[in-house]
Amino acid sequence: MQKEGQIRIPAGCAISSIFSKSGKRIDGSQIVRSIKIMHDRSNGLGGGFAGYGIYPEYKNAYAFHVFYDSTEAKNQCEDFLDRHFDIINLSKIPIRKNPNITDEPLIWRYFVNPLPTKLADSQLDEQEYVVRSVVHVNDQMEGAYIFSSGKNMGVFKACGYPEDVGDFYRLEEYEGYSWTAHGRYPTNTPGWWGGAHPFALLDKTIVHNGEISSYDANRRYIEMYGYRCNLMTDTEVITYIVDYLVRKQGLSLSEMSNVIAAPFWSTISRKDPEEKERLSYLRNAFASLLITGPFSILLGFEGGLLALNDRLKLRSMVVGEKGDMVYIASEEAAIRVIEPDVERIWSPRGGEPVIVTLDHLRR
Amino acid sequence: MAVDFFYPEYEIVRDPNRCIACRVCERQCSNKVHSYDEDTGKMVCDDSKCVNCHRCVALCPTRALKIVPSGDTFKTNSNWTANYMKEIYRQANSGGVLLSSMGNPEAFPVYWDKMLINASQVTNPSIDPLREPMETRTFLGKKPTGIERDMNGRLVPNLEPQLELSLPILFGGMSYGAISYNAHECLARAAEAVGTFYNTGEGGLHKDFYKYGKNTIVQVASGRFGVHKDYLNAGAAIEIKIGQGAKPGIGGHLPGLKIVGDISQTRMIPMGSDAISPAPHHDIYSIEDLHQLVYSLKEATDYKKPVIVKIAAVHNVAAIASGVARSGADIIAIDGFRGGTGAAPTRIRDNVGIPIELALAAVDQRLRDEGIRGNISIICGGSIRNSTDVIKAIALGADAVYIATAALLALGCHLCRSCHTGNCNWGIATQKPELVKRLNTDVGTERLINLLHAWEHEITEIMGGMGINSIEALRGNRLMLRGIGLTDRELAILGIKHAGE
Repeated sequence: MQKEGQIRIPAGCAISSIFSKSGKRIDGSQIVRSIKIMHDRSNGLGGGFAGYGIYPEYKNAYAFHVFYDSTEAKNQCEDFLDRHFDIINLSKIPIRKNPNITDEPLIWRYFVNPLPTKLADSQLDEQEYVVRSVVHVNDQMEGAYIFSSGKNMGVFKACGYPEDVGDFYRLEEYEGYSWTAHGRYPTNTPGWWGGAHPFALLDKTIVHNGEISSYDANRRYIEMYGYRCNLMTDTEVITYIVDYLVRKQGLSLSEMSNVIAAPFWSTISRKDPEEKERLSYLRNAFASLLITGPFSILLGFEGGLLALNDRLKLRSMVVGEKGDMVYIASEEAAIRVIEPDVERIWSPRGGEPVIVTLDHLRR
Repeated sequence: MAVDFFYPEYEIVRDPNRCIACRVCERQCSNKVHSYDEDTGKMVCDDSKCVNCHRCVALCPTRALKIVPSGDTFKTNSNWTANYMKEIYRQANSGGVLLSSMGNPEAFPVYWDKMLINASQVTNPSIDPLREPMETRTFLGKKPTGIERDMNGRLVPNLEPQLELSLPILFGGMSYGAISYNAHECLARAAEAVGTFYNTGEGGLHKDFYKYGKNTIVQVASGRFGVHKDYLNAGAAIEIKIGQGAKPGIGGHLPGLKIVGDISQTRMIPMGSDAISPAPHHDIYSIEDLHQLVYSLKEATDYKKPVIVKIAAVHNVAAIASGVARSGADIIAIDGFRGGTGAAPTRIRDNVGIPIELALAAVDQRLRDEGIRGNISIICGGSIRNSTDVIKAIALGADAVYIATAALLALGCHLCRSCHTGNCNWGIATQKPELVKRLNTDVGTERLINLLHAWEHEITEIMGGMGINSIEALRGNRLMLRGIGLTDRELAILGIKHAGE
């Protein structure tokens, strides 16, 4: 049977997130409770979390979370990291044995910064340098997989139900202002740890529910820009598209949403001339990055969170608010279980992004 | 000589009980097959002149006529087929090059028929085009390499000139001269009505058709027939024709008998002279020369119109396309070896070039490998026969397709492959006024519009089945295709998996 990355695996899912606009730090147990209630939306073949603001003591270093299949792979990867980065700290990621989580790979964490001389030689900006290094390891090194690479944030994922994954990684010991979670329902794979969500690149993480019909059109286009879609999952390609549009092209998050979940031409034609021109431009200029088919995604990034549905809203997604807290999940139940007194609750329309950011970052 | 006698290939079967000797067949046949025998009061026919265009069959009011293979055969031989033998006799008689019309009819693989399309089941929903928007709008032209913003941070629309199509289908180049005034009018009006484009071919643009300019692609071929500044500025885009799928490596050939009246004027050449385009453009001997012609044309039109470069699908097509993509051209049109023609040397038509499916797949992949797919749009043609061919072409990587033979069929062409004789009974590939007028332009326009609408319906239905509601999400989406009965090599070139994988 072919593993993830050798074959494209469609998957259904559950997603959930918690965000504190005031930057209050919440421990990981809440998000675990939220995703647990949607147990039936996963099938035990993948679960994961992303937490933001969890590494304040190393907030200026890139935190690499890495899966290794073997010590050879670890040696090879560490050799590479040694040559390209200043490693400030390294350790195993602490885990707790859970009977439902088995066959775990070696799981390591590194806090690193690019070696200044190497960075200068490369003539790349720092982020691009980090991205290329991550892509190099994931693409070229058999048995090594960097699954988290941002600053002051981290991804925790495994093969299993999300509540077991949360227990396994001892998430209650981490505190962050933003959490996203994912429970996976892949259809024909034994599941591979790297294939679980969130999928991450730098500080951006994506959890996704859906199966996009534009996958190969998107993949073949984005691969022109140096990305390699090794996992053959929707989430991976969506992450690369977001990275390309936002970081490399300089689009805002809402412009990016207008590209990947573009309004219909008939909708665009009803807009005022300036808006019509803007939307037509974005649709045409980045036509091959339009994503069709069902999706609901949560994009976590440093200081914020974006939620977006496909333009037909073929996947459920609700948003709830209470005080400075914002909750977004596949089902309302996942919000009410952690905040029974949620104040405002609504379903965003297809293609309309919901963007929340830390209060102190807003102008 | 007796050796030059061929028993007619087709036999006209007339049912004497049905024939009422109304002489319609006689009047309709420009090849003078049918005649009336005054003595017997019966119709007779000379099968040897029949090209099997079905005009008489279609117009016989009593259905008294049908055309069947005559059945006469040489001694059977798999190597020396009847065709090859006859061609030898013909050439031994004339000393000339064999001529043919329309696309390569030989039994080469048709890869379209060896690819199957996907549909959604369970894991994602199919989309119902009757109830949800389904988008086929297509833009052709370069994509910007980066965005620009003005001082207020607003996006600057920095797109280079684009062609906007309501669906990813254009009418391919067919010159006025090769086809009739009426046929051109039908194509122009249908393109305007549907919101797409027709293509002048290399014969210039008749002054009556300047009014359809915004739906016209004007072609510049090696003969430069009919090319002048107003012509270049009349169209929505300019196509440099380097090659044609039916006859890669040689120029167009319009027999002098078709150069009459307005055609001579439109082409700017004397009446009755053969219009023989040079094999190459004599100002393009290399890729850097193409770059200069592209920019000469852009200069002449103030950088307001996209430039298309049309090439025939030949062995090295991917590398050539890469060169074209770097030449400043906005769109590349690739014409496969089954593409049609009004006249081509038979040997070339049937033996030179490669199938469009393989060429398209190779070009699209090569441009992506080089990271320049966004520099240029791809139109493919030769031959697209139905709506699923269109879908497969787009999934392989085309932005849009050219249809030409299919458009002529819609106008009444029965693929008798005798265009070079100029006697088209359907009023399409002829310049004889009495034949041209048979093509009613209102009816013809309507039929072309119908064809495009029918295909659009089918395309959106199948897209919906795949869960795709916009054509750009299908473009290059090769996972939506599977091969059937193809070798690993063929699958690798097409960049698709085999059915069941």
